[in-house]
Amino acid sequence: MTLSTCLLLATALFSVGIYGLLTRRQVMAVLLCVELMANAANICFVAFSRFRGGVTGQVFASFSIAITVAEVAVGLAIVILLYRTRGDTRLDLASEMKE
Amino acid sequence: MDAVGFAIVALCMLVSASYVVRAANLIHAVLWLGVTLLTTAALYAMLGASFLAGVQALVYVGGVVTLMIFGVMITRKHDGLVVPADSGSPARGALVGGSFFALVAVAIRATPGLDVDVAAKAITPADLGRAFLGDQVLAFETLSVLLLGAMVGAIVIARRHDPGAPRRALGSRSSPVAARTAPEEARS
Repeated sequence: MTLSTCLLLATALFSVGIYGLLTRRQVMAVLLCVELMANAANICFVAFSRFRGGVTGQVFASFSIAITVAEVAVGLAIVILLYRTRGDTRLDLASEMKE
Repeated sequence: MDAVGFAIVALCMLVSASYVVRAANLIHAVLWLGVTLLTTAALYAMLGASFLAGVQALVYVGGVVTLMIFGVMITRKHDGLVVPADSGSPARGALVGGSFFALVAVAIRATPGLDVDVAAKAITPADLGRAFLGDQVLAFETLSVLLLGAMVGAIVIARRHDPGAPRRALGSRSSPVAARTAPEEARS
C-alpha cells in the first residue's frame, strides 16, 4: 500500500463515477454517481495526509464530507421539486428551468 | 498482510461501485453505494484515519444512503420494489471514463518521488480537534453557516406550494386571491 496505489484506486473510483454520470438518465442515479466521485476525492485527501504527514488532509476530508451532505440535501430537494412539477425525474425531460 | 488487505478492500470498492453505475434497479444501486462507502471507511481505517472512518460510516452510510433511499422511493412512478434506472448507451461513458483513468494513471506513474517514504506520525482525533478550532477555525465556522444555509434552502425549495397560503392573501386588493376572498369576508 503506497501513495500511488491509493491514488490509482481513487482515480479508478472517479472514472467509474464519470461512466455512471454519462450513462444514467435518472436524476437520483446521477446523484449517486456524484457521491462516488466525491468519495474518490476524499480518498486522495486521506492518502496524502497518511503518506506525507500533516493533519490538513484529514481536516479537508471532513470538510468535504460536510459539504457533500449539504449538496445531497439541496439536490434531493431539487429532485422532489422536479418530480412535483413534471411527474418524472428523467434528465432529458428537464431541459429548462421554468415550469 | 497490509498489501493483501488493501487488495481486498480495493476489489470490494471497485466491484460495488460498478454495481452502483450498472444496476438495473435504482434501490439496488443505492444499497451498493452503501457497500462502497463502507469499504471506503475500511480504507480510511487502514490509512490511520480512525476518526474519519467513524464519520464516514455514521454520516454517509447512516445518513446519506437513507436520504437517497427516501429520494428514490418518493420520486418513483410505479408501485413495487423495482425502480427502473433507465441507463443510456454505455459507449460514451466507457470512452470518457476510460480515457480519464488512462490519462491520470499515466500522470501518477510519471510523477517522480511519489512513493518516497516520509515518516509520518499518527494523527489522533485530538490533533484533528486542535486543527478544527485552531488554524482552520474560520473554515470550520463558515462550514457551519453553509450547512445551515443548505438546510434552509432545501426546505424552501421542496416546500409544497400552496396557493391558498396566508402569505398570498396579504397581497394587494387587485390580486386574484384577495378578490376571491373579499366577498366571503363580506358575507360572514
